[in-house]
Amino acid sequence: MLKFILRRTLIMIPQLFLLSLIVFVLAKAMPGDAITGAFAGDPNATEERKEELREKFGLNDPWYEQYGRWIGNAVQGDFGSSYMYKQPVTTLLAGKVGNTVLLALFTLIITYIIAIPLGIVAGRWTDTWADKLIVTYNYFSFATPLFVFSLLMLFLFSFILGWFPIGGSVDIKIEEGTWDYIVSKMEHLFLPVMSGALLATFGTIQYLRNDIIDTKLKDFVKTARAKGVPERKVYTKHILRNSLLPIAAFLGYEIAGLIGGSIFIESIFSYPGLGQLFLTSIGARDFTVVTALVMILGTATIIGTMLSDIILSIVDPRIRVE
Amino acid sequence: MGNPVLEIEELRTSFSIKGDYHAAVDGVSLTVHENEVVAIVGESGCGKSALALSIIGLHDLKTTKLEGQVNFKGQNLLSLPISKLNKVRGRDTGMIFQDPMTALNPLATIGRQIEEPMDYHLKLSSAAKKKRTLDLLRRVGIKNEQRVYGQYPHELSGGMRQRAVIAIALACDPVLLIADEPTTALDVTIQAQIIDLMKELQNQIKSGIILITHDLGVVAEMADRVAVMYAGELVEIAEVRELFVNPLHPYTRSLLNSIPSNMEAKAKLHVIEGIVPSIQNLDRIGCRFAPRVAWVPEEDHETNPQMHEVKPNHFVRCTCYKNFHFPEGRVGEKDYVTS
Amino acid sequence: MSLLKVNDLKVHYPIRGGFFRNVVNHVKAVDGISFELQPGETYGLVGESGCGKTTTGRAIIGLNKATGGEILFEGTDLAKQKRSDRRTYVKDIQMIFQDPYSSLNVRKNILNTIAEPLRNFERMSPGEELKRVQALVERVGLSPESIYKYPHQFSGGQRQRIGIARALTLNPKLIIADEPVSALDVSVQAQVLNFMQEIQKEFNLTYLFISHDLGIIKHMCDRIGIMYHGRFVEEGTADDVYNNPQHLYTKRLIAAIPEMDPEKRFEKTHLRQSINEEYRTDYDSYFDKDGRMFDLKSISTTHSVALQ
Repeated sequence: MLKFILRRTLIMIPQLFLLSLIVFVLAKAMPGDAITGAFAGDPNATEERKEELREKFGLNDPWYEQYGRWIGNAVQGDFGSSYMYKQPVTTLLAGKVGNTVLLALFTLIITYIIAIPLGIVAGRWTDTWADKLIVTYNYFSFATPLFVFSLLMLFLFSFILGWFPIGGSVDIKIEEGTWDYIVSKMEHLFLPVMSGALLATFGTIQYLRNDIIDTKLKDFVKTARAKGVPERKVYTKHILRNSLLPIAAFLGYEIAGLIGGSIFIESIFSYPGLGQLFLTSIGARDFTVVTALVMILGTATIIGTMLSDIILSIVDPRIRVE
Repeated sequence: MGNPVLEIEELRTSFSIKGDYHAAVDGVSLTVHENEVVAIVGESGCGKSALALSIIGLHDLKTTKLEGQVNFKGQNLLSLPISKLNKVRGRDTGMIFQDPMTALNPLATIGRQIEEPMDYHLKLSSAAKKKRTLDLLRRVGIKNEQRVYGQYPHELSGGMRQRAVIAIALACDPVLLIADEPTTALDVTIQAQIIDLMKELQNQIKSGIILITHDLGVVAEMADRVAVMYAGELVEIAEVRELFVNPLHPYTRSLLNSIPSNMEAKAKLHVIEGIVPSIQNLDRIGCRFAPRVAWVPEEDHETNPQMHEVKPNHFVRCTCYKNFHFPEGRVGEKDYVTS
Repeated sequence: MSLLKVNDLKVHYPIRGGFFRNVVNHVKAVDGISFELQPGETYGLVGESGCGKTTTGRAIIGLNKATGGEILFEGTDLAKQKRSDRRTYVKDIQMIFQDPYSSLNVRKNILNTIAEPLRNFERMSPGEELKRVQALVERVGLSPESIYKYPHQFSGGQRQRIGIARALTLNPKLIIADEPVSALDVSVQAQVLNFMQEIQKEFNLTYLFISHDLGIIKHMCDRIGIMYHGRFVEEGTADDVYNNPQHLYTKRLIAAIPEMDPEKRFEKTHLRQSINEEYRTDYDSYFDKDGRMFDLKSISTTHSVALQ
């Protein structure tokens, strides 16, 4: 088992290297650079001044030297400085990572709280009105674009009803560490989490429903019934155990997906997380921040898939590693 | 013969297909006695598996209609509510399925799966359950029972898994075993081992066994009595020796003639004309086998074919067996001597 | 000259293990087997699942790569041919598969299914092609109009006959039949087996008949090779193997065939018990210290056994 985790971790190294290379090359290939971005709209910036700065920051060196410098620093946790915010990228991110992780975590929990029971109900009682209702909801959530739905939620619950704050992650007037602070955080999280979760249930519900319908017809379920196992236990002990297994294994992918998906949600709800930062940085061509963010999101994806592999190898005896 | 353990009377199992119910098992009556192996033999689609599942109500009741009676231990199983039926399943009946690769839950250990019926039917401590399980594993011929107890299905070979499936069926000492093609998915030598094991166990447990199979070889090795099934009906019932020496119904005779190992090498095998009718397209009036023996004159068939006891304990449906012979020119048939 | 001569054929697959997934061992699916097929005969390859019989058939037709040995077809070694050169022989060797449900493309009608090999190998006008396909379809006992139907409109036996018609289109010399009737009911099985015998004479075919069913093998084959763990255990005529089995494994296999006479069932059980007993006592004289079969030794002109 340990050997498997170790090998799986080692495989990550070339994956991450490749990712960093692609990220860096793509950033370099984009039109303009940090200097263009920093002086955008500044009439006093002359071409000579810009060129001078490029020389100073090493932006005229061959790309591999720049890459070497960048990766060398990145490994030590230094992603350079943001031109827009005039502070180290690491510090900039540190303030936002927590918010995004919180958002992703809550979205994940709420997604499962909604999706798993619905998937089970739809799968167990197929072709009943409950199943039809759930399937309808599912198609709706699949077809609705995230930003339309989020805007609708924002409009309805914040503007019209005024139940929730319009933006931010916490009320800045409240002192940190108090009960009110936590309540305020939750209030700010509620709409983004619900918007994300209500649409993210699609995959899990669909998968669970189909898997239960398949598993119901498996021979070992017939064996269980032939043993005299009551119907409820047939589900809890035999069908659900088998059908929930892949869901557990998808956990890692879900996390990766949610962190990536935070870009839209955070922008719409003006929620100060990595996603929002990502969009503003692209707009400002703040490439040090963009590359650092892509690296982080990419790493999250790679770790997520690794997590999925490891979870699956633990919960499924058929691929359990000795 | 011992006392009857199971009496099936006029059982009709109908499946809903596009809103209409069609009978896959169409008025089957059959009795199984203590310490007796009754084989139900027929080709795919004849209704033999549907019959097996009907006995302990394993069909989905939303799409299946069951009529008639299945009398077992003084009650009609068809009229029992599911809670009462669950007290019978696994306790007084045991079921062995065809494919040991799929009949076991991949996520539970062999030990757990054998103990499961004991959880619901026997009041035993967990130590007693384990002891009983290890004992069962030994009885079904698993030698390293301690190890197998904690193993998962995928860690065992097909033959070992089928032994585990048999152990599950025997967990609570049932009086009736239903084995649905228990050897079909196995390799030849494993099949022989399982046949020998089941014969040995039958001598020990003395319960009635229903053996569903398409393989006449398995029938010849294991059965005491044989019921031949065609298009939802039993067409012939006889003791095993009688059936192999003196088969009467044209379908039974055709089947016996189409088995290669029953015939001389390279001889032409018998081919039954036409195809097995599907349950939607089945003509339920008159002799159901008539379209497949087109040369038999119409007046030889009964208009409403009944089971006739032609000899003690030898029953044949329809009268067409009386003058039946394979047409000339269709070489290779062993024309069994009819009495 | 023999039509096909397989000489010390080996198909090994690497097993990877350890931290760096390097090759630690090999699965010896086929481990040095030799046999010959004379034109017009039916050679049976029989054994239990995993014995290597299917891999052997697939190696001959080129679906699995032979890792050693020779496959001489009319004197040319197919094992050493490049894929592109093999094309010439593909015409002469055809395969019939086990499952008539999955070996036909559900989206192709029968005309296109059967004509496919023709289009790959021969230039024919659509009219000629149609005639040829109709003739074949009629030969396998289906109506000529049925060529515009799709596989799901046929029964299992009919589908298997369509598979045979497809194998026949290019007038092959050798047909490798891999469990051709295992998925069929007994009465349908009979129909396909009869049919295979008929066309054998008509088209002068040689069969390599692969099956686990000893009854069918006995019925169909002139000579039989019994395989176990990738090796030959015994080879001989049907009479040699069934009536005078020499190797312990062959005896066990033959004894495993269900007895069709209910009167003899107890004898059969006792026979199997005594063979099991022999396995316990005499195992070492039939297998070497690694559990591998010895090389075949001939004990008569037709009969050879893997004994020390």
